[in-house]
This record gives sequence, structure tokens and C-alpha cells, in this order.
Amino acid sequence: MNKYKEHIEIDSRGYYGEFGGAYIPEMLYGNIEEIRKKYVQLWNDEAFKKEFDQLLKDYVGRPSPLFLAERLSERYQTNIYLKREDLNHTGSHKINNTIGQILLAKKLNKKRIIAETGAGQHGVATATVCALMGLECIVYMGAVDIERQAPNVSRMKMLGAEVRPALSGSKTLKDATNEAIRDWINNPLDTHYIIGSVVGPHPYPDMVAKFQSVISEEIQVQLAEKTGNKNPDAIIACVGGGSNAAGAFYHYLNEQEVRLIAVEAAGLGVDSGESAATSKLGSKGVIHGSKTLLMQTTDGQIIEPYSISAGLDYPGIGPLHAHIISSGRAEAYSVTDEEALKAAVLATRLEGIIPALETAHAFAALEKIKFEKNEVVVLNVSGRGDKDLANYIKYLESYE
Amino acid sequence: MNRIKELFKRKQEDVLNIYFTAGYPNLDSTQKILKNLSKLDVDIVEIGMPYSDPLADGPTIQASGQKALKNGMKLDLLFDQISEARQLSDLPMIMMGYFNQVMQYGEEQFFTKAKDSGVDGFILPDMPLHVYEQEFKTLFEDLDLGISFLISPQTDTERIFKIDELCRGFIYMVSSASITGAKKGISEQQINYFKRIKDLKLKTPRLIGFGISNHETFSKACEYASGAVIGSAFIKALDKENSLEDNIINFISSIRNDKIVSI
Repeated sequence: MNKYKEHIEIDSRGYYGEFGGAYIPEMLYGNIEEIRKKYVQLWNDEAFKKEFDQLLKDYVGRPSPLFLAERLSERYQTNIYLKREDLNHTGSHKINNTIGQILLAKKLNKKRIIAETGAGQHGVATATVCALMGLECIVYMGAVDIERQAPNVSRMKMLGAEVRPALSGSKTLKDATNEAIRDWINNPLDTHYIIGSVVGPHPYPDMVAKFQSVISEEIQVQLAEKTGNKNPDAIIACVGGGSNAAGAFYHYLNEQEVRLIAVEAAGLGVDSGESAATSKLGSKGVIHGSKTLLMQTTDGQIIEPYSISAGLDYPGIGPLHAHIISSGRAEAYSVTDEEALKAAVLATRLEGIIPALETAHAFAALEKIKFEKNEVVVLNVSGRGDKDLANYIKYLESYE
Repeated sequence: MNRIKELFKRKQEDVLNIYFTAGYPNLDSTQKILKNLSKLDVDIVEIGMPYSDPLADGPTIQASGQKALKNGMKLDLLFDQISEARQLSDLPMIMMGYFNQVMQYGEEQFFTKAKDSGVDGFILPDMPLHVYEQEFKTLFEDLDLGISFLISPQTDTERIFKIDELCRGFIYMVSSASITGAKKGISEQQINYFKRIKDLKLKTPRLIGFGISNHETFSKACEYASGAVIGSAFIKALDKENSLEDNIINFISSIRNDKIVSI
């Protein structure tokens, strides 16, 4: 019946097909085991679910609307619905996961929270839940990203978090993740590491996907109300590590008739040497504790990626996405900096919604895929673009 | 017989394992360091394969790896360098690196090539036990290669026994919850952990590593294990002003706390 079903669910060691697992130094084994034993138990615990759902409703403001974007639909001659994760508290989907993980951290009696961040959306979402729960918060962020996403750095500071610059490598998301992992190795007892994407060692990819799965859970209900069918013809989401895509795809993974479209950042072009299009440029390997697709040399050295979007500027991809793209269940498209900027302006001018640069990549995919007039397309608006205004204004001025 | 096994057969205490990063400070430093160490009172050398993203390593080893990669270090070159050094030395040699490097080379090819180059064992801190057990254990037995898994203060007893079962050569005992690099001495808490592990009477010899940097910490570690591993402190010593050879001689004699022990 569902030929992908058995493959999309993880096995006992956390593999989606051949991708996933936990490739970690022994110093992290105890922590990872502790989380692995706890998260499924909590996920199936009614009291925990109730607390999680309540916070998503009252604090995050869920459900996020599903909006029929009529002018965009007109332009692309199809029916485009926008899932408005940008309207969540803190301005992106990242808060769904940080709410889940902060509740987990409290159950594990952790006193100190660390996180990595690229665009700063996950950093802000983590700093927010730490303020809410009164826990110490340290966010690692690449020095380059601190520079290019300054508004979010200020927000994290306002929220009481300490932002520590990652100075190694390309000084972006990959390096921030390395530093966060090293911090965790040094502080295994009192610290919980809130990973922001569906990356990292098992059980993180599955846990984060579960906490984000509320996105597709809501889409099913909202779409059924609006169209009479819970299944769209396609779902489009941008993918760096892939957490908003995992959430938007989750309940559709086994619905074969729903096209799952993952949009990666091509930077200056897939073959330009300045790109983050992992599924095109990557090969099998291990990054941040997970076996997946990543950009690397033949000698196994990880290649520094590039994208204008700090949130997509990552040389790997979550193992779930590596699996569904490799197996053909999902389609991968890549979008350049220029195409994303153009799409951001278009979405803003047609719908009055300023998307995050990450999300702008998803909008740009509409230029590349031809949908039929009667088809229904859901695009996940993963975050809002306030943090990217400097880039957008610069782009607009270059055309004046 | 495997040189690591042979070593522990004749020596159960004060074993000194020196780690260095291949291709640092210069590309051809690898053979020079190996040659010098084999003339000194050193029992095992651990050759670090420089890696772009070394998760378990502190700033010193990270920086040396970056420099080595910039110098042009590659695995095939490293195998050649080790082969060359092997002609002049009978010292047990171990390669330390990250699993992704092995995967890209092709696991079986990597281990076979290393064996042919004269390597005796491996430390791959992010290789899961079950992956080793299912995919490489038989190969390691066939090639008579050593493998050292890590234990940390958080490793539970059941898992320690499992690791004791799987290790070939020695167990790498991480001295505290940390990445590599020098700490301030050895705490009472660490001593308690050393004692707890010692009392388990494991069949595999243990070497203590991470935060071992001088004669004092080395001696302390040797009270509770067969010996210790020194890495970051050795790499720092290579940067001193004297010649590479003098830096190495001075460092090793400072650890052994005696006059030059050239053999």
C-alpha cells in the first residue's frame, strides 16, 4: 500500500533507510541516551502533550493561519496557500521545537541551555523559551552571521541570552554547531542542547520533526476546511537542515499523491563553488553526528558552504531529507541568492508579506515548477523577513 | 604480533603515548616527528589525521589540523609518510581521526592501506560500537589491527565491560567530561573516577588522556592506569623557538622528568 512507509519511519538505531544514526564521541553518549529514552515516552504522555499544545496555543499563537494567496495564485495560474509560520511568536517555525525541547529539558532537570543558530531565528526562539522558563541560555552563532543578522542578535541579548561567536571555519552555522557540541561535551550534566533543525545524532532528527509536525497536522485540518480535501497536490518548503520542511511534510510522508518539494540554497549557482545545494553537491558522510548527505572533498573534509541566507548556509541536510530525496519521495530544487531576493520582493508586493530570506527560496521555486490551474499548492512561510531588511533594501536600491 | 599487544605484554606501567597532528607544523614534519620520537622514551605514537570539523578536540588540536590541511595534508600522502617512517622505527603507531574520513576513503580500503603502511591501531571517537561490531570487527581480527574505544566519567559499567570486550590493544580513558586540551591539574573527583575504573579489573590495559600535560599529571595518571596520552601540550611544545628535534627532546624529558634518555 504505502511503499515508503516502512522506510520513512526510523529504525531502533535512528536510521531512515541508510541515513541517520548517532556518530558521536563517547563523552556525549550518556546525554544522547538520556534524551533517546525520554523523548518517545514524553511524546506519548498525555500530560506532556497537553502542556505542549497549551503553550503552542496560548504562547505561540497556534494554529497559524493557512492563507489563500490570490494574487500569487493569479500570477502562477494555480492555487497557492501560504502556511503562516511567520506569524508565530518570535517570527518563525523555530519556536514549535524550542517549546518542546525546553519542556524536555525541564523533565531532565537541566539548568543550562545551549543552542546553535544561523539566521538567529532558532537562537531567538531558544532565548525566548529560556526567558519563559527561567533557564540560563547560551547561543553559539558564526561571527559572519552575527554580522549579517544583527537584529536577531539584539533580540537574543534583550531576552537575556549570551551570544558566543563561533570563529572557526567559515564562521557560519556549521561552525556554530561544532562549538555548541564542544560546549555540551564540556558540560554534560547540567546542560541540554536544543538543536534547531532535524540534524544531529539520533534522536534529534526524529524529535525535532515530531515537535514541528504540528505544521502539517494543522495544514490537513485547514485545507480540508477550505477545499474539502486534506491533501494538497504539492507542499513547498525551504531546506537548510530542514526543520520547517520536516514539519510541513511530516503527515504527508506516506501520502504518495502529495508532491514534497524541498528548496535548497544555490548561493551564486550550484556549480559556482559558492553554494549550499547539499542534495546536488553532497555525498554520503557523517556531519554533526549523523550519516547523511554533505558537501565534502574526496578526502572527507567538509566544504564550507555559501548562501546569502544564513539559515540555509549549511553543508549538510537532515537524514530524513537525505532519505526522501535519494529515494525519490521528495523533489529537490535549488534557488540562487538573486532568485530568492527577487521572489521576496514579489511576495511582498503581491501579498503584503515580507518573508525571511530562507522562505524567499521557497517562493522562488514557484518560478521553476509548472502547476496546473486546478492544483492546490501549500507553501510553508517558515519565517518573517524583518531580520533581512538590510539585504532587501540593498537589493531594491541596486535597481533604482 | 601486533606491536601494541607486544608492548603491553612487556610493559604495564608508565606507558607514554604521544599524539601529534600529521603535517604540522610543516607538511614533512610527520616523518621527522616520528623519527625523533622513536629515539626517545616514548612507547606509542598517535598520529592525528587533520580534519575540518574535529568535534572532540580543543583549540590547540583544531588549529594544528587547520594548519596541516593548509599545508596540503591528504590521507594518501600520510600513508606514504607513515610507510617511510616505519622503515626506521618499530614504535607502535596509531591513527586517530574522525569516521567521515574513513568513510570517504572507503572503510575496508582505508584499514587495509593503513595496515600495509605499518599502522598498528586506530582511535575513531565518533565511530559507534555497533557499526564497528557489525561491519569491521572481523576485518580487524583478520588484519590483526588494534582499536581503542573511549570511556568517559559518564560511561556506565555495563557499557564499560562491553568496551573492554571490543577494544584491541588498550582502552582510551577520557580523564574528565571535556574536549582535548590542558586543564588545571587533576581533581579529587577525577581520582575517584580513576579508582572506580581501576577497581573494575578490566582485562584491557587503560591509558588516560585529555588534560594530561606535564610530568605531574602524567605521573598521577600512571598511578591509576597503565599510562597516559599527551597531545595538546606536545603540539604546543613543537611551536617553541628551538629546532623541532630539540623541542621534542626537551618535552619528552620534561614528562619523564629526567635527563635526555636517548636510546
